[in-house]
Amino acid sequence: MYTPHTAPDIAAMLSTVGVASLDELVRVPPAVALKEPLAVPPGLAEVDLQRLIADYASKNAGVSYTSFLGAGAYRHYAPPVIASLAMRGEFLTAYTPYQAEVSQGYLQAIYEWQTYVSLLTGMDLANASVYDGATALAEGAIMAVNATGRRGVLVSRAVHPNYRAVLGTYARGMELDVEEIAVAADGTTDLALLAARLADGRFAAVVLQNPNVFGAIDVPDDAARRAIEASGTILIGVVAEAMSLGALTAPRSWGAQIAVGEGQSFGVALAYGGPYVGFIASTKEHMRRIPGRLVGRTVDTQGAPAYTLTLQAREQHIRRERAISNICTNQAHCALIATIYLAAVGGSGLRRCATLNVERAHALAERVTRVPGFSRRFAAPVFNELAVRAPAGLRPSSILAGLQERGILGGVDLGRWYPEFSDSVLMTATELTTDADIDALGAALDAIVAGRKEPARA
Amino acid sequence: MAQPAGLLYSKEHEWLKLDGEVATVGITEYAQHSLGDIVYVELPRVGAEVTQFANIGVVESVKAVSDLFTPIGGEVVEVNPELESDPALVNREPFAGGWLFKVRVADVGERDNLLSPDGYEELIAAG
Repeated sequence: MYTPHTAPDIAAMLSTVGVASLDELVRVPPAVALKEPLAVPPGLAEVDLQRLIADYASKNAGVSYTSFLGAGAYRHYAPPVIASLAMRGEFLTAYTPYQAEVSQGYLQAIYEWQTYVSLLTGMDLANASVYDGATALAEGAIMAVNATGRRGVLVSRAVHPNYRAVLGTYARGMELDVEEIAVAADGTTDLALLAARLADGRFAAVVLQNPNVFGAIDVPDDAARRAIEASGTILIGVVAEAMSLGALTAPRSWGAQIAVGEGQSFGVALAYGGPYVGFIASTKEHMRRIPGRLVGRTVDTQGAPAYTLTLQAREQHIRRERAISNICTNQAHCALIATIYLAAVGGSGLRRCATLNVERAHALAERVTRVPGFSRRFAAPVFNELAVRAPAGLRPSSILAGLQERGILGGVDLGRWYPEFSDSVLMTATELTTDADIDALGAALDAIVAGRKEPARA
Repeated sequence: MAQPAGLLYSKEHEWLKLDGEVATVGITEYAQHSLGDIVYVELPRVGAEVTQFANIGVVESVKAVSDLFTPIGGEVVEVNPELESDPALVNREPFAGGWLFKVRVADVGERDNLLSPDGYEELIAAG
């Protein structure tokens, strides 16, 4: 047994409380006590452990696959400068920088992150980050509820289902009324339904995602924006693929007062789904309602620039039960990575990379729709992913299984989330998707359709 | 220190001035002095229905964050628009320009639950 205490420490504590041994102090009832030692192998020498783990690691196949997966987690290039800077011990060991006098480096990095998020979303301010995009949406919805005093949240069905699920979890506890807007035939939110739903003014927020879960550009038209404004409803813009901000208009410019999203695309490793980095940004009007940490810039007693946590009266360590949110942890290290990424690629680099994503997705669409029977599921323009309808008689699950046999992860079976679109696969291309990858996918689909089986790739 | 006459007071250090069916609410000189420099006042929404002594907002100063209560129930009909850009007005003129909000009083009988100027003076003298 490992304990952090020395034998003399333990003896002193036992004698203080007047018992002879640890077994006497903690009596486990015989009915539940372990009768024999656990069947755990003995400890290994470090070198043996390394061999064992390396052997396990070699069984991972994922890296050898060609991937068209996306749907909220995106493969993008991460320049090596990120690791060189972000893995510095000063950053890795830092904790929440309450103590500004010893945390200027991290505070400055967070301040720069907030600045980048504000610039990319078009908002006045952004926070130091939250767990992930889905949490950011739930927190954004709470901001809108607090701002309006209303309990309803109207969410497009084209918002990522995982995001809606997390929002639903928050809503249950807070007794919010979450309702859905349907998807129109072109794969965007049915805006014609929107105005009627907003008429009675019971919704705190309307939630739209751009690009939406089908990859489609999905922003409100003028009529929808007028209806949202006239009803006093707050538009929350979700950005699940942050790379899109390099090519598409910022949420503020399509009417959002609150922008939330996921920053994983900016250099953060896919890593089986986390840790990622959520962002929340808003107009100045909602400054006091934004949750979590905010870093502000000021001057010190000598007039030099200095950074510090600010507006902390919102937070739970000041007003526990009346805090605007009980979210506390930010994703400082992931936000740091994203900040270094953005600093490294710069504005023009981000724009070029985002544009390349659009170009790659269109190359993917062009090749896949040349396979007999395959077509675009929706007509709406897309950023870097698209729903592809499978030929009649070929189920997406069997197509994906066939691709996997050929070393290709073909995408996400949309039927998993949308029974109404169970004939379709969501496919993603990024700047890392090569012509060869697309050709391989096209050839594999051709082969599957032809009913032939090609030998699996090594 | 005599408290302004013609006003009613709560134990939470708010004052109330009844004018017909509308009551104007603020915090007292004692309250603003205790809080110190006020940097933010969160007020209820116009149109909100509030009940007497309910927590309806927040006053944030450089040294504390304090809940704000309404000394009377009814519908909030107006909030002081000056306070968003100049919250320190509450420090400078707590009984005048630094008023917080106005309520259309639902039950004027609720004023019987409030203190007179002398009653409030006794309260703060007792510390």
